[in-house]
Amino acid sequence: MTSTATPTRWARPPLIRNAWLRWGLYLGVLLYLIAAASTLDVNWQRVLDGLGNSWRVLGGFFTPDFTTRSRDIWQGMVESLSMTVTSTVAGCLISIPIGLGAARNIAPLPVYAVCRSIIATSRAFQEIIVAILFVAMFGFGPFAGFLTLSFATIGFIAKLLAEDIEDIDEAQAEAIRATGAAWWQVINYGIQPQVMPRLIGLSLYRLDINFRESAVIGIVGAGGIGATLNTAMQRYDYDTAGAILIIIIAVVLAAEYISSHLRKLVQ
Amino acid sequence: MMPVMTLGHRQLWRRRTPLAQWAIWFGWLALGVLFVFSWQVMNENTMWLFVEDAPRQAADLLSRAWPPRWSYLDKLWLPLWDTVNIATLGTALGIVLATPIAFLAARNTTPSATLLRPFALLIIVSSRSINSLIWALLLVAIIGPGLLAGIIAIALRSIGFIGKLLYEAIEEIDETQVEAVRATGASKWQVMDYAVWPQIAPAFAGISVFRWDINIRESTILGLVGAGGIGLQLQSSLSRLAWAEVTVIFIVILATVVLSEWVSARVRAAII
Repeated sequence: MTSTATPTRWARPPLIRNAWLRWGLYLGVLLYLIAAASTLDVNWQRVLDGLGNSWRVLGGFFTPDFTTRSRDIWQGMVESLSMTVTSTVAGCLISIPIGLGAARNIAPLPVYAVCRSIIATSRAFQEIIVAILFVAMFGFGPFAGFLTLSFATIGFIAKLLAEDIEDIDEAQAEAIRATGAAWWQVINYGIQPQVMPRLIGLSLYRLDINFRESAVIGIVGAGGIGATLNTAMQRYDYDTAGAILIIIIAVVLAAEYISSHLRKLVQ
Repeated sequence: MMPVMTLGHRQLWRRRTPLAQWAIWFGWLALGVLFVFSWQVMNENTMWLFVEDAPRQAADLLSRAWPPRWSYLDKLWLPLWDTVNIATLGTALGIVLATPIAFLAARNTTPSATLLRPFALLIIVSSRSINSLIWALLLVAIIGPGLLAGIIAIALRSIGFIGKLLYEAIEEIDETQVEAVRATGASKWQVMDYAVWPQIAPAFAGISVFRWDINIRESTILGLVGAGGIGLQLQSSLSRLAWAEVTVIFIVILATVVLSEWVSARVRAAII
């Protein structure tokens, strides 16, 4: 506002102040969209044909068939649920020492570096890719799925636990240390009570995530309901596939509801 | 009342009452039993022979996967570009679809809390509970294999994520600003534009970039079910057991994921 006359109209400031950066961004986005659209190879005829037939797939949702393949669905659900429970328990148990080691305020530097790199490895690889490798090593079935989900759980829980330990109230740990407590006693009396409620909350949240993932890793052969779903899709048995999807949504909703209630109870 | 244990004439402080202590012990016991039971059910059909064989298999796999066949890299650039396109265009489409749904779902901006809000929440929940790979599986069956199925799958999955975080951001805005703009006689849309939108714009940008980062990760494997991108190459290399090519693909995926995470962290740091 360098002009001497008072401006009569107010214009709001833009989100990005620098005009060059702003217009550069707009131009970049435009160029990218043109480039992306020009290489987008879509067979529109196939899409139109498919949309015409889409009622056959979507119809599966409205006429779900729970009975014909009920044995396969049951088997898949049992595998998924047992895989979820075992992998969450095992994953959390392994994450606790790693999480302790990855907290800078209680672990020496070499231990910290090792634990942080374990966490980084676990987080960098996606469940599906880990599942492919484990299926190749351990054969098809829920055992490979169990290993995959445990591996993924370690990265998640250990990282959040370590951050939680780094955020604790140091005064309490200091007070315990001042009584002459050993390292273990400091952990047990000074730190564990502070992080336990959140650790239980995170484990319940992870239980939820593990079930969702267990529905997917079956597509690459790691057992569970995903394998059943994939088989149903390949048989063009959309009614069964619709039934499986409805079951997955229902279980995810129930798990989310129960775990959020339990988390409120604990915290 | 503090829980106290009497030992002869001495009194000892206890953290919990005996009942609470027993309840906690029982809870842990139940968890242990559940774990053992699940373990047995899960491993009913496990071939332990294969599991014992795993170290040998792993060594064999590694010997075939290393060294990576770098010459294969030339064939990966186009699928990689496709993968980035699936993630970016899918995120863009997801944002376009999720924004109105978020405004319908937020308690303070919804036009009808009894009718439209539950409907919007239902869309958000069902989008969130189905993984993008399953969306892709369905879409490949409907509109055929290819990039479009991947883009729509990513978009459908993103609706739930962006919609949920955005409507929570809308519910947390400062109502006094809305009140102030409304007091100037602004219309409903002007209130939206001048009071609500500026408050959620940074959250909106942050959520979008965050989801884009996740979508890059997810789009790398959509090809496994035929939805285009680098996953398609992964699928073909896997079925040919060409592990040296698989290694190259994994390295490319890892590099892309790390790069996108770095970009998203930088952009979010700049915004917030």
